[in-house]
Order: sequence, then structure tokens, then C-alpha cells
Amino acid sequence: MALRATPRDAGQVTVVDLGGRIVLGDGSALLRKTIRGLLEDQRRWILLNLADVDYIDSSGIGELVSGYTAVKNQGGELKLLHLTKKVRDILQITRLYTVFDVFSDEPTAVGSFR
Amino acid sequence: MTSGAKHLEVTLETQVESVNLAEEMCLRVAEEAGFGEDDCYRIGMSVREGVINAFHYGNQERPEKKIYLAVDVTTEKMIIHVLDEGSGFQLADVPDPLAEENLLSTSGRGIFLMRAFMDEFDVVRGRTGGAEIVMSKRLPGPGSTSPNGQGGREAAPQQGA
Repeated sequence: MALRATPRDAGQVTVVDLGGRIVLGDGSALLRKTIRGLLEDQRRWILLNLADVDYIDSSGIGELVSGYTAVKNQGGELKLLHLTKKVRDILQITRLYTVFDVFSDEPTAVGSFR
Repeated sequence: MTSGAKHLEVTLETQVESVNLAEEMCLRVAEEAGFGEDDCYRIGMSVREGVINAFHYGNQERPEKKIYLAVDVTTEKMIIHVLDEGSGFQLADVPDPLAEENLLSTSGRGIFLMRAFMDEFDVVRGRTGGAEIVMSKRLPGPGSTSPNGQGGREAAPQQGA
């Protein structure tokens, strides 16, 4: 299933609802384009809602890390919301679970940006 | 692959679509072999990563090069070979993606995921001179409990995908 990315504003935070697979090719490219577009629009507090992302490969992981670094380098924050089991497992075995701030509740996640 | 056959070979183009194609083909074989949903996911992911490795690192995305995929199902396990037309590499030279200094690297996790998800994993020099990934998963059933995600022993080197 192709990746879908729908940004919406929650105050100063932009929540990006993602669905589908973040994999090599169009999926990774769309995630990159979405994050870079938000940075160009000066939206630097980004919360990726992964509730409907049921698959991520090494290319997708690389894109998450790339986005995290790009946002951080511009003084912003990129955090993750609602990980599915497969995505959580991948982030855990790659130790990235310790890098990202991960939330299971949107209001708490939105309120954590400062 | 016909019903009951135990061997599948296919030559793939060096393009992104080959990654999905290889994954789908191997998932069908894995399902026919009786693997459950979790193992199918791990096998499919490993095949993806093997073909991504061949596409990107081995063949360096050069469209004139080919990727050779072979799958064997024996009475004990499903064995997958992914061969590229690059110059090969040594597993010992692959950086550890779990090392603190590599955690924020945007690449280099494919080999790690294959090792984590398959029971046996190795890289040998293939007949093309490129890298040949050889990985396997034991078939489900009594007395063949898979360690699932616990890493694995080195696979016996096999040539000729």
C-alpha cells in the first residue's frame, strides 16, 4: 500500500497522519518531501502519527532518522505517536526507540513540545 | 513455481520495483511452505533488505546490472540467495548500526535486520564476483521451533543462486 501523509495543525505543532508502508521508493520519498516542506514553511514542531503505518523497512527507518536530524538541526523537534507493533519492534531492535520521543496519546504528545 | 516444486530462480532488474516483486514472490513461497504470519513478515522483510542491498550497494543502482534471486524449500528450511553484480563485501567491514556513533546513520541497517530475522545468514562471493547473501529459516513444525528474531548461526556458504 502506498504511503499517505496528511499534515494538520494542532496549535504550533503539526501532526502528520501517516498510513501505509514507509519503504524504499515512493514511501520514503513522500515522508522526506513532507518533512522538508514543513521545515520550509517554518513548521518545526512535528509529530508523526504512525497509527496506520504497518510496515517500515531500512530505507524508511533511514528516512525517519534523516527527518529527525533535519528538524533538530533547524532547532525543532520531531516526535512519534501511536506506533504499531511492527514499527515499535523495528525501532526497539535498532535501538532507535531510545532516540525518538514516542507517545501513545496525542494531547500528551502535542503538549510535550516546548 | 508449480505446486510441489522446491526451487525458484528469477533474474531481477536493478530497479526499485524489483524489491517489491522479490518480497511478494518469497512471501507466496513462505506461505505455501506453511510459515505463519510473523515468520512470513520476517522472511519478506529479509528478502526486501537483501534485494535493497543488491540494488543500492552491490549494483549501485546501475540498470545494466542484474540481481539473481533463488529460493529453495527443503524438508527442513527455506533458503534464499540474493546475488548481485557488484564487487562484493566482507561482513566484518559492515559497521554496527547499534553502536552509539552509528545510531543516527541514515543507512546501514539492512544486514542487521536480515541477521535478526533469519535463522542463518551469511555473505559469500558469488559466481558473478559480487556478493551473494545466503539466508534461511527453519520450517515450522514439531521439533523445528524457530527462534524468531534471536539472530542465528552462520549459514553454510552456498554458491550458484
